[in-house]
Amino acid sequence: MSDQRETRQAYRDHLVELMAADPRVVCLDSDTGLFAGVDFGAARERYVNVGIAEQNLMGVAAGLAASGMVPYVNTMATFATTRAAESIKIDIAYAALGVRIVATHAGLSAGHLGPTHHALEDLSVIRAMPNMTVVVPGDSEATVSLLTQLADRPGPAYVRLGRKATPPLPAGTPPAALGRLQTVRGGEPARVTIVATGPLPTLRACHAAGALEADGIPALVLQAHTLKPFDVAGLLRYVSGAELVVTVEEHWRTGGLGSAIAEALAESEPRRILRIGVPDVFAPVVGTQEELLDGAGLSVEGIVDRVRLALRDWTSVRAVSASAWPGLVRKGD
Amino acid sequence: MTLLTAPVTDSEALARVALRVRHHIVEMCAGPEGGHLGGSLSCVDILTVLYFAVLRLDPVVPRDPDRDVFLLSKGHAAIALYATLAERGFFPTGELRGYGTSAGRLMGHPVTAVPGVEMPSGSLGHGLAAGSGFALAARLTGRPRRVFVLLGDGELQEGSCWEAAAGAAAAGTDNLVAVVDRNGLQLTGETERITPLEPLAERWRAFGWEAREVDGHGHASLLDAFTAPPREPGRPVVVIARTVKAHGLPFAAGKPGSHYARLTERTLARARHTLDRSFRDGAS
Repeated sequence: MSDQRETRQAYRDHLVELMAADPRVVCLDSDTGLFAGVDFGAARERYVNVGIAEQNLMGVAAGLAASGMVPYVNTMATFATTRAAESIKIDIAYAALGVRIVATHAGLSAGHLGPTHHALEDLSVIRAMPNMTVVVPGDSEATVSLLTQLADRPGPAYVRLGRKATPPLPAGTPPAALGRLQTVRGGEPARVTIVATGPLPTLRACHAAGALEADGIPALVLQAHTLKPFDVAGLLRYVSGAELVVTVEEHWRTGGLGSAIAEALAESEPRRILRIGVPDVFAPVVGTQEELLDGAGLSVEGIVDRVRLALRDWTSVRAVSASAWPGLVRKGD
Repeated sequence: MTLLTAPVTDSEALARVALRVRHHIVEMCAGPEGGHLGGSLSCVDILTVLYFAVLRLDPVVPRDPDRDVFLLSKGHAAIALYATLAERGFFPTGELRGYGTSAGRLMGHPVTAVPGVEMPSGSLGHGLAAGSGFALAARLTGRPRRVFVLLGDGELQEGSCWEAAAGAAAAGTDNLVAVVDRNGLQLTGETERITPLEPLAERWRAFGWEAREVDGHGHASLLDAFTAPPREPGRPVVVIARTVKAHGLPFAAGKPGSHYARLTERTLARARHTLDRSFRDGAS
């Protein structure tokens, strides 16, 4: 599809414009290659490649922010949130500094590069840190929109981006408002409320909702582009009439969107939640991002089947959710 | 701009400040939780010279954008920093009595809620990277700021220090000065027996830094080392300050056991007396 675009490209182009407009904006790179060939013009002094050194990256960003600069930090999601987790926690979150951590290759988007490059715990790690705003844009347009809205927000932010181009959200999707759940597919009064985060899970959830609706099961799809602060009030409004709440995310089933929603509902409106995410096993075979999502049970059919099963037989769906990579096809199988 | 120049230049006055800071430290170590005695006393002279003779800052406007910046990367020496900041006028010295007491703001490791504390620290290996960022910001905005980061020698076992050291040299931030409190001891013993650091100056030089080795208790030698410009532009400077853990208390000095202490009434009385006597004898 020609309208597919990498969220990280949209971010990069946006950042170059920001740097030209605001002398406080600094692009701190860790040799990601994202900025190769970019002409920063008069702002070129404010592009700094600190090398392959993510702890130093976060510390330098903190020092810049504490001096009144606005650093955008660039690395892969896994290196940001696991390798440099303590630097983020202490130098940025605890110090409450306005660093924008822009993390690419999130979820399974590194595909064949394997679990060293997959980031399936990043939301869990980063969401647990006080002062942090956590954003997962659904497409290129939302990336620019959310980054723009973040500009006025004090404190640090984590922006979760992918690697390869992904399609835009469905036409007619309302603009993303930071901190608010977003309806991407209507259907009230819905029997099923699906909450998704990230480009591919959201699109697949929309397709799944279409299939469910054709089957006489009205389903609403919400996109949670802001994981923290989480729109609890919005969530309660959307789920109140639904028979089933479903979460879909490119993240372990632990600690991400499913957990955020379980936490919110446990305190306000306890109920069953079908959490669809990556099973608790590192990717066992090579796969593209799409293939790995299918293998993890996040294909359109996988989502539809599980929702149907959940409405019919909760005990069985629990077993499927807990099984390792339910949709996996191995070579030779 | 309200920046003050350093208020003290004569050696007698500096020595008196250092003595008062040492007194505050031993008093805090007699508080409810005790304190990091040895590594706080070893860096008192470094802090005194920096805050009273080198750093351009104004305690009334702690966040003045034109100030010089000091980061205590060896955050466990928080009581030395608190005492120095209080003596320098950032907050009343009377507040030091509340160190370690519940609901106070003087935590066991530096917190930015305390006036004059630039960054939180306490987990080792963080300060040099942040210092590098402060230094880089000054260069990008054309400010004349200098940035000093105090590291423990044991702290240099953290790999992140060397990530930051390589990065700062690559960035050419010659307004950055690392200071190593080289007291030779860490929690359980000698650094050289646990993970050797020597030849330490050579190590820093190999990373692209200008290394200066000085007596870390000599105010004149510290002042020289902190103020002389880099011989080669573009090179950050490291001052390796040879110090003695628990300096000023002969009964604890140079002993690993001085790392953390809760002083009893009796030991506190002895410490007070010893500090004053050492000062009179000119040993401090």
